[in-house]
Parts: sequence; structure tokens; C-alpha cells
Amino acid sequence: MSDLNQILQNRILILDGAMGTMLQRYNFSEEDFRGERFKDYPSSLKGNNDLLSLTQPQAIADVHRKYFEAGADIVETNTFSGTTIAMADYDLEDLVYELNFESAKIAKQVADEFTKANPDKPRFVAGSIGPTNKTASLSPDVNRPEFRAITFDELRIAYKQQVEALIDGGVDMLLVETIFDTLNAKAALFAIDEVKEERQIDIPIMVSGTITDASGRTLSGQTVEAFLLSISHIPLLSVGFNCALGADQLQPYLQRLSNETEFFTSAHPNAGLPNAFGEYEQTPHQMNAFIEEYLKDGLINIIGGCCGSTPEHIQKIAETAKKYKPRQIGIEA
Amino acid sequence: MNRMKMSKKHKYLTLSGLEPLIVTPESNFINVGERTNVTGSRKFLRLIKDENYSEALDVARDQVEGGAQIIDVNMDEGMLDGVYAMTKFLNLIASEPDISRLPIMIDSSKWEIIEAGLKVVQGKSVVNSISLKEGEDTFIHQAKLVKRYGAAVIVMAFDEDGQADTLERRIEICKRSYDILVDIVHFPAQDIIFDPNIFPVATGMDEHRLNALDFFKATKWIRENLPYANVSGGVSNVSFSFRGNTVVREAINSAFLYHAIQHGMNMGIVNPTMLEIYDEIPKDLLEHVEDVLFDRRDDATERLLDFAETVKGDKKEDVAKILEWRNDPLQDRITHALVKGIETFIIEDVEEARQQSSKPIEVIEGHLMLGMGVVGDLFGSGKMFLPQVVKSARVMKKAVAYLQPFIEAEKDGRQEYAGRVLMATVKGDVHDIGKNIVSVVLGCNNYEIIDLGVMVPPEKIIETAIRENVDIIGLSGLITPSLDEMVYVSKEMEKKNISIPLLIGGATTSRAHAAVKIAPNYGHTTVHVNDASRAVTVVGSLLQKDNRVYKEQIREEYEKFREQFLKRGKQKNYVTIEEARNRKYKIDWSTSEIVKPNQLGVQIIEDFELTKLEEFIDWSPFFRSWDLHGKYPDILTDEVVGEQATELFADAKGLLKKVFDGKLLKAKAIFGLFPANAINDDDIEIYDDAGKVKVTFLTLRQQLDKREGIPNIALADFIAPKDSGKQDYMGCFCVSTGFGTAELAKKFEDDLDDYNAIMIKALADRLAEAFAEYLHKEVRINHWGYDTDENLSNDELIKESYKGVRPAPGYPACPDHLEKKTIWKLLQVKENIGVEITDSLAMWPAASVSGYYFANKEAKYFGLGKITDDQLKDYAKRRGVSNEVAEKWLSPNLAD
Repeated sequence: MSDLNQILQNRILILDGAMGTMLQRYNFSEEDFRGERFKDYPSSLKGNNDLLSLTQPQAIADVHRKYFEAGADIVETNTFSGTTIAMADYDLEDLVYELNFESAKIAKQVADEFTKANPDKPRFVAGSIGPTNKTASLSPDVNRPEFRAITFDELRIAYKQQVEALIDGGVDMLLVETIFDTLNAKAALFAIDEVKEERQIDIPIMVSGTITDASGRTLSGQTVEAFLLSISHIPLLSVGFNCALGADQLQPYLQRLSNETEFFTSAHPNAGLPNAFGEYEQTPHQMNAFIEEYLKDGLINIIGGCCGSTPEHIQKIAETAKKYKPRQIGIEA
Repeated sequence: MNRMKMSKKHKYLTLSGLEPLIVTPESNFINVGERTNVTGSRKFLRLIKDENYSEALDVARDQVEGGAQIIDVNMDEGMLDGVYAMTKFLNLIASEPDISRLPIMIDSSKWEIIEAGLKVVQGKSVVNSISLKEGEDTFIHQAKLVKRYGAAVIVMAFDEDGQADTLERRIEICKRSYDILVDIVHFPAQDIIFDPNIFPVATGMDEHRLNALDFFKATKWIRENLPYANVSGGVSNVSFSFRGNTVVREAINSAFLYHAIQHGMNMGIVNPTMLEIYDEIPKDLLEHVEDVLFDRRDDATERLLDFAETVKGDKKEDVAKILEWRNDPLQDRITHALVKGIETFIIEDVEEARQQSSKPIEVIEGHLMLGMGVVGDLFGSGKMFLPQVVKSARVMKKAVAYLQPFIEAEKDGRQEYAGRVLMATVKGDVHDIGKNIVSVVLGCNNYEIIDLGVMVPPEKIIETAIRENVDIIGLSGLITPSLDEMVYVSKEMEKKNISIPLLIGGATTSRAHAAVKIAPNYGHTTVHVNDASRAVTVVGSLLQKDNRVYKEQIREEYEKFREQFLKRGKQKNYVTIEEARNRKYKIDWSTSEIVKPNQLGVQIIEDFELTKLEEFIDWSPFFRSWDLHGKYPDILTDEVVGEQATELFADAKGLLKKVFDGKLLKAKAIFGLFPANAINDDDIEIYDDAGKVKVTFLTLRQQLDKREGIPNIALADFIAPKDSGKQDYMGCFCVSTGFGTAELAKKFEDDLDDYNAIMIKALADRLAEAFAEYLHKEVRINHWGYDTDENLSNDELIKESYKGVRPAPGYPACPDHLEKKTIWKLLQVKENIGVEITDSLAMWPAASVSGYYFANKEAKYFGLGKITDDQLKDYAKRRGVSNEVAEKWLSPNLAD
């Protein structure tokens, strides 16, 4: 932990790119998703990327390896949907602990290989905690604005389970990401704080929100500053934004965030906006050029990519980041 | 690690809704909007009670538009499900971006309501409030959770010994709270807001002289000695002694606020309409006000009082002033006497009026009605309150009684009434306080009242209505079976082709019940009226010459309401009774402690010393019965009704003393403690010494489909089942303080004193509740003796902090009134102490309470809610009655 702090004072850390984009390259079939273990499972499992940690662990390890080779300091576990709430779509709630535990173990193993090979560049694993597919402060039914499809307590319990499994699996930090409803994130932070207290441990927490469009607000309506104030009650390693926007669209919000927070900052934008076919077309060169603008302005401590980004993107960004100093945090006695 | 990184910027209080609020030294005073508070706004309370959330949202929106920077939301009211209301309202606010842009202040004295609020706000809110009142453990626990939920917190200067009222106590408590929060809880200091208690100044009491100055000093001390902490307070309380004198009040408020801000108060609740601009306060007034605020002279209060006399709207009357009105013209004197409820001179004034008039009847139709008109207007516009009106009526009655012989002496003298109203408490019910109040108020408005009293059979209501040719029929009742009885009366009226408008009122009645269950049966107008002031308007509108439009409006309104009600969105899911039983509240009987009562069997208390009950009285419901809403003792200093409440309270205490001194009421009680075991999940068998079953209590089980892990409770869950092999115990009781009430009330009524007639009934009710509380305590500590080291204050008793419960048949945990029959059989209540039960299972005398005792420490109060058909049929079988009979008794609890 103090290592991480020390390193962040001295250089910009590189986070990996998209997992999903990489897995698409494998063109896994329904059978591949099922593997031996779930071959008789009654419903379709294709598209459940988190499950691949159990059925195609080698592919997951390979993706992590490619990002480390590209220069990433931190990779995210393959657990974006690893809660009972998200897994309910596949009736796989019972698998949640195992999915998170195994995903953490796979990533940690690869990270250790790389650290061992080059101790001067220690590699880390961030346990990815996604937003789930339900919102605690928005009603899915316009005619019943008071209705909620999920409650704080349901989220808290689900997140707690995921957090415990990730920690047991050996992650170095937790990343609460793609937050489009701040109340969901608060439930995750509540769960993490409970686990920290119960286990008497400290573990760095990264928080990353999502600005959904040019309104400059989260899906649940908060401005950058309101979002920041709403999640700053728990000591964080970093706060930042990811997903939804490309690097260029994200810049003004990172600027505001950087002005307001004394935590380290992070960003992992998409490789541009998707085209009509849902594909991300921004080249590593283009994305890198936008990100270099952040670095020039000293806005960032941790940088990576989200949807559409690949090891090629990350490699480019990692090379550029070497040239810049990290964002400085005012330290007062 | 991050603490080191905190820059100065983050040492300011920061809050958020959809947008941020950062309180810096450059920020102006932060104003908290307080109208979305059920304890401070009757309008908001009514909207929430009526589930009119869309208008409730308008109240919130008005505040945002009015410039509030934080929205305070409070749902603390006995009749509300606070957790439900808080959750629903905040969820709705979340869907209104123009409101939810502001941070929310989650305001409650109940932790569960605060926590419910914290679970539904995405922004950083403020909790209002926590304190050391219940000790450090609770304080630390709550503060930790507030931090974990990500909110700031208001800390009241309150500790185990009470509220801080001196500088030293304020400093001591705030310092202690701060140290615990910062050092133990690691609560961010900038997120702490102290409320060091703003109390009224210039009360005339020496110990209040430093009220403002100590607040200023404490505020300054906090800001200088407790780094980054903030200070808040409710400002208008400071000028409370000058209610009625707006000029002086506003001057005190704004001078106080000005200096409080100078001393460091940076947020608070201020009613902007109650504020003068500091610089515009006249210099001489300001000097007098500041003398008081800073306690600059020994005679500061007297001087301000004197000065206040010279400023408009003076209220502080001296003796000479009090009698000054006697010099006014005759009509003014009569009006004054009626408005103020002063009887002293009414006979001489009425006599003077009679001599001036050509006929005695003209005094009633002229002078007195003119005066009562003023009373009616003031009441209608909310400037007079119910107890005052009842006092006015007392004066009116005395005056009329004096004139009666003169009127009768004149052959053609008959008083012209505005209309004739029949009033009755329906068959089976004995509760009549509300009905009597409405009668009195209507009487004041020149309606002739035919009051048939209590337990009136439908035939008598209909027969009298026809014979006396009444214009309106008013039905009242308190217990739930009366709802059915009213339905029955309405059907009978329809059969008899009666077309008289029907008014429905009483504590368990509702607009929903009237619209859905009564109005459809009756081809003519049905109106639900639940407060006295509305009764006047409704009756007035119904008796207009052309009332067709009004009647149609009412019908339409009720039809619309009925439609909406029937298709309302609050669709609930229920589980089968078997499933509910699977989900019962599970007590581990292998480890649960069961205490054998010290004295098994039945015991009787005859002629109990009433004075012992005074300290056990819960006064809040007493004020409610007079339409004064608020919590005792806060209600005595309430902004709106405080003055009235204080006066009413003094009158109540006076009458209570007479009752005590003259032993005017008799208190009796009976209770029994028995071996008991639960059988078949929901029933409880009571055994005699030989282990033979004496009676079986039937309990009902919740069937609402709840979240996983939340049990579906029945009272039987709190008694060890027979198959556990453990011998458990249970008790039941009946207390009454009603013996003598009817006679006393009659005496007052004969004396034309409705005020005290109503008062004695309200007091008897309170004494009965107090007796139940007292007896329960005695049982816990002595007779049963399962809680021998209990030591609770009255406040804690009212909050039901004790171990074990005493649910009463007919109330939420066990709404089945038929259980009273079982209690009566088991204890031989009627034979032993003379309390009877009516056809509808109301107790007589009315001031009686009966119920069960459960001792298990896990036993708790709950609401049964609705049950479904399968349980109803099962219940009918267990009770040995037909499904129809069961349905009749349980109808209020049947799911649609």
C-alpha cells in the first residue's frame, strides 16, 4: 500500500485496457463458454464473460499477460459482473464467490510472474467491481417514480460477497467502476468498509464514475463535483472516470475532478465513441494523442483504457506516460 | 494515509444532491428549508397521511424556489409508518431533479427512520440528529454508520443528564461529543455540525436570562476550540415569549441571527417571513432587544416588555389592561367574552342586551350570533383553536340558558336555527369525545343539535331523523367494528328512502372507507369529516339553499377517489398462511430465557390510588383529542399552538387535581398470569394448575410477502410451543379508570359546561392508559418479576423501551376484537371489576384498557397488516364460526 503511494508520487501508473474487446477476438462459441463443467447447463451461457475465468482460464490469463507485456502496471480482474445481482441473468448466483476468487487468483498469478521477472516494475491486480444491472436511485418504471428495482441493502450484501471473494483471491486493490448511479457505489463502499473493519485490514480503493453524455452528469444526474463529494467519505486511493465517452470528450470533466480532489486521479476512457455497428474505431495513435493532452496538463495519476482499447492502445499510452510527471497532490502538514 | 493528503480545501463542510454545496467562510449563512416536516407543518402532515405525495413534493419544490439550500425532511409522527414515508418521499424527490439538486437533511428522532433515509439518497446528506442522550455506545455506533453511509451529522448538545442549558454544559457536551467523534470514530471534523440549543429569551425567569448570550458564547467557543466544526440552530424559538407581537418577534429573531452569525453560527433553520432586516430595526427597539440578548441590564426583560407595549400588537397585558375591554360598547364586550371564553360578565352583559332589545330572542339572533360569527371566522381561518372554541361555546350556552325563561315567557319566542343535526355514536361503540366536540362546534354555529349519545341502534337513528325532520345525520365511532356498523346504517337509510346527508367521523374512519364502503350504498350525500372546523364548512355548504352543485361535487369527488383508491399502485403481494407459518419469528427455545411468574393466577386491584398514575400519563394523545397536534412537552412551546396547548394543559391539570382531591373517579384492575404454550403455530393454550386447558387465544399471522429473512409474525411466536417441551407463561389484564366518568360528564353537561364534560372523558382515557402502563411495570418487576432491575423513565415507557409487550385486542398486532371475550371469560372481568363489553366489543366504561402480557425479551409490537382468504377460513374453523362471521370481524384486515 505504501509502495503504491510512493510509486504514484513518482510516476503515472498504467491500467490495462478492455477485457471484453480482447475476448471477442477469441470468437468463443456457446460450447466454449460452457466448457466441460457447464455442458449440461439448462440455459445459454454465451456472453457471460466472467464465467470464462472458470471455463477458459487460459484465455483470461493470456489477456492479462498481453496487457502486462504492453506496459500495464495494474490489470483488472475479469469480474465486472461478479455479483449475485448481475449473475441472476444466468441463474448463476451460487457461483459468485468462486468466480471472483478464481479470477483474482488468475490475475494475481500472472502479475507475480511479471514482478518476479522485473522487480523494479511491480505489477498489481485491481478487483473489478461493476455497477450491476440495476439502479438504486432511479425507477425503471416512469409511472412509478417511487419504485426501485433494487435496494441499498440488497446491493450491499451482494457487493460484500464479491469483495470478500476478491480479497480472498489475492487482489491488491479494489476498483469500484463504471458508476452510473452513485447510490450503487455507496453501497459498494459501505460493504468494503464493513469488510475492512471485520477483517481489520486496509486495502486501497479506486473509484471510477461514468459521465454518460455531454450534459456532464452521471446517469443518476450528479455533476462531477456532487459525485466526488458523495463518494469521498471513505479514504480512497484514487477517483476518476471511465467508459461511455472517448478520451477527448472526457477531458473537461477530468479537469474539474482534478481541481477538486486530493485523492489520486484515474481515467480509463473508451477508444472513442462506437460507430453504427457498435465498434470502436479509434486507433492507438489517435487515442494516445488525446490522452497526451491530459498528461501535459498534469491531470492524471493512473491511466488506462475501457471499451474498445487493446494492448496496442495501452502500449502507446504507456510509452507516452513515461515522458510526463504524475499529477501533484498538495500535501499539507 | 489520506488524512495527510487532505488540503485545507477539504476541511469545509461539503454536501451534495445532484449538485454540490460547500460551506466556506465566504458562504453566506446556509438556510435549511423546514416545511417538509410533519412535526412543524400540519399541512405537510396531512398530505403525507393522505398519501398525497404529489402535493407534498410541491411543498419541497416551493422551498427550493424560496431559496432553501438544504431540504429538511421529517416523518416523525405516531400515526405514520416513518420508515415507509421517509423512503417513499426521498425516492420521489430523487425523481425530481429541480428538488434533488439540493442536499437532504434526514431529520428524525428515530434511528431506524434516519437509516432508511440514508439508504435512499445518492448525495451526501445531513443526519439530524444524534447525541449522547442514550450514552456513548449508541452515539458511537450511530456516528460510525453515518460516516459509512457518507453523511454529515448534526449533534445536539444533549447527554445522559439532559439538554444543555448553560454555557458550561454546552461546552462540556460539545467537547465530549467532538472528541469521541474525531478520536474514536474518526469522523471528519468538518462534517460535524453542533446544535447548541436555542431557547426563548425574555421569559421573565431568572434562569433564562443568559439563554441567548450562552448560545453566542458556546457558538464562539465551538468555532474556536473544536477545529472545523460547524454550528446550526432553529432560530425562531428565541423569540417565543413574544408570540403575537410580530414587530418585536421579528426584531429579536433578526438581531439574534445577526449576532449568532457574528459568533460563528453558519447554518440553521430560519423562517424568512419571520425576519426583519437587522439594519431596519428601529434603534430604540434594537437597543432593548440587545439588552436582553446580551443580558446587559438587570431590568432588560421588564424594559423590553414595557417597550413592546408601545410597539403594535401587544400581548403582554397587565391587570388594568385585562379589564379595559369592560369599557367597550356592549356588542364588543359580548364578542370579546365569546372569543376569549370569559364567563364572568356574560350574564350582566346579556341582561343589558335584553333590556335594550324588544324581544329576548333578538339577543341570541343579534348580539350572541354576531359574536359567535367572529369565533367561527377566527376558527375557520386557523386563528383560534378547538379548546378555545369549546370554551366560547360554554359562554354561549350560559347566555342562552339565561335567556330561555324570558323567551318562553313570550309566546312567539322560538329560536331560529340554521339547521338541525342529529349526532350519534353507533351501536356497540361508547366513544364520544370527537362526536361531542363536533356537536359543540356546530352548536356554536347556530345549528340545533339532537345528540342521541352512544351505542345508538340504527332504528333509533332513522326513527329520530324522520320524526325530528333533521337536516343532517352525523355518525361517529372509534373502534373498528363501528366501521361496519356505519355501513349497515347507510344501507338501512337507503332502504327507508331517506335522503338526508350523512356525515361520517371518528378516529378509525377515513375518506377511503367513506368513499369505498359507505357512499356506494347510499344514494344521497355521504361526507367524511374528521375535524371540527371542517364540520362547520361542510354542514354550511350542505344546508345552503341551492346545494345541488355542492352535493354533486362531493359525489364526483368521492367517485373519483374511489376509482383511484381501487386501482391504486400500492399493490402488495401475500404469501399463503402455510408459507407465512414457515416464515414465523423463530425464537431459539433451547436457550431463550423463560421466567416463571412469582404469582400465578388472577389478582384484582380495587380502588387504586389514582394519584400514583399522574407520572405515567402520556400527554401527547390528550392534545390530539383536542385537535392540537404535536408532541408533549414540545407542544407547550410550539410556534403555532403552544399558547393554546399551555392553557389547555393548565385546565387539564386543574381538573385532574379536583379528581384526585375529591376521589371523583374509581380505578380498578384485574390481571392474571398463567402457564401457557403455543400450539398449531398460531394458537396459545392457557392452562390451569392441573395443566388442563382453560382457554385458547387465537392469534393472527402477517401474510405480507417480505424480503428474505424478515419473519411473518404472529403473537403466538413469542410463546414456547408445546412440542418444545418448555413450560412458558402468558398474562392478560383489564384496567379501568372510567367509573364515575359518565356521571361527572353529565354533571358538567347539566351545568352547560361542555368544555369540562369533554375534558373529563379525555382525562379518564389518559388515566386508563397510564394505569395500563403502571400495571405492566408492576407486573414486569414484581408479580411476574422477569425484569427486576428495570428502571425506566416515563419517556422511555412511552417509547416502549421495556422488555416484553402488552398488545391489546383491536389494535395493530391483534386486531381481532373477539379475543376480548376470551379474556373476559378467563379473568371473569365483568363479575370481578364490572367492566363490560358491548355487542361491538367496545369496553364500558369507555376509559378501559385490556390486553395480553408477553414476557419474552424478543417479543415486540408489530402491525398485522392485511391477511388473505386462506387464513380467514382457517381462523373461522379455529374460532368455530362461519366464514361470514369471521369476515365481519376481520374485514378491516382483509386484503382486497
